[in-house]
Amino acid sequence: MNSKPRIIEVRKNILKQNDEIAHTLRMRFQDAGVFVVNLVSSPGSGKTAFLEATLTKMRSEFRVAALVGDLATENDANRLARSQVPVRQIITGTVCHLEAAMIEKNLADWNLRDLDFLFIENVGNLVCPASYDLGENLRVVLMSVTEGEDKPLKYPTMVNSADIAVITKTDLSHAVEFDWPAASKNLQAVRPGIQILRVSAKTGNGMDEWLRFIASQRVNATAG
Amino acid sequence: MSILDMAEEEAGRRSAEVDVIHVRLGALSGVAKQALLSAYDLARSETTLLDAQLVIEEVPVMIYCPRCRAPRGVPSIQQLSCSECETPSAEILQGLELQVVALELRR
Repeated sequence: MNSKPRIIEVRKNILKQNDEIAHTLRMRFQDAGVFVVNLVSSPGSGKTAFLEATLTKMRSEFRVAALVGDLATENDANRLARSQVPVRQIITGTVCHLEAAMIEKNLADWNLRDLDFLFIENVGNLVCPASYDLGENLRVVLMSVTEGEDKPLKYPTMVNSADIAVITKTDLSHAVEFDWPAASKNLQAVRPGIQILRVSAKTGNGMDEWLRFIASQRVNATAG
Repeated sequence: MSILDMAEEEAGRRSAEVDVIHVRLGALSGVAKQALLSAYDLARSETTLLDAQLVIEEVPVMIYCPRCRAPRGVPSIQQLSCSECETPSAEILQGLELQVVALELRR
């Protein structure tokens, strides 16, 4: 008997299980030609209003659908259903983020080939969703002007994992004296080079630029 | 908890017992060392790995600095720029790890 400890190398990602499902999903999305957008933000930053405006504006030109994650209630799905596109609520119970397996399960009876865009509204939380790949093409971090310019410095991991930042509720920026240069500087500090869009779902300001942006991203993704 | 599942599986395959689990934890992994240690202690009590110790190596963020043309550290995870010349860089070389790297086993 050998009682000496021996060391074996493992080198496995702790979230390997999620990463593997996310990888499978990404292949399926690509195969079906659907562009998938994961929206992440803190609670109350305006994800649902932003998504409702997005779905409503896009539906005449594209086939769009949404999955929306929350700890409890179907309120968000009910709100998004007003956009008259397919919407499904994922209730996570005690889980503070969406995982790839939840996406896989909730897409089981959807034909992805019938879609051009799938939007996933993550659970409002700027911590845990950062670590869970959902197989998306684009991760969008939202931050509203009412939250303060230093949000990126408080949640650098999330902002760092995002592909683009969208600053929401810009119609309130005067009222809260939002400091645009500071917000931009903070976003660039934690994620150098990140593109920043400014939108108001309420007035529609900036929505066209956002819609042009994701349409061009989809063209690039399907061309690649 | 997937760290424990992984360790149990590897140990089971080699009919050995796990002494130590070595984990690498990046500063931008989104996981805090203390939180992982507490969660590990709770989760461990429900497994066969009651004596397995968790050793966490914290991995600082390193970026590739396009100006220095070299790997460099950063002032903080709030400021991803070269610690030498302050050039910003989004090219992260390390610091995202959330990884089991090795197990110390005993027969």
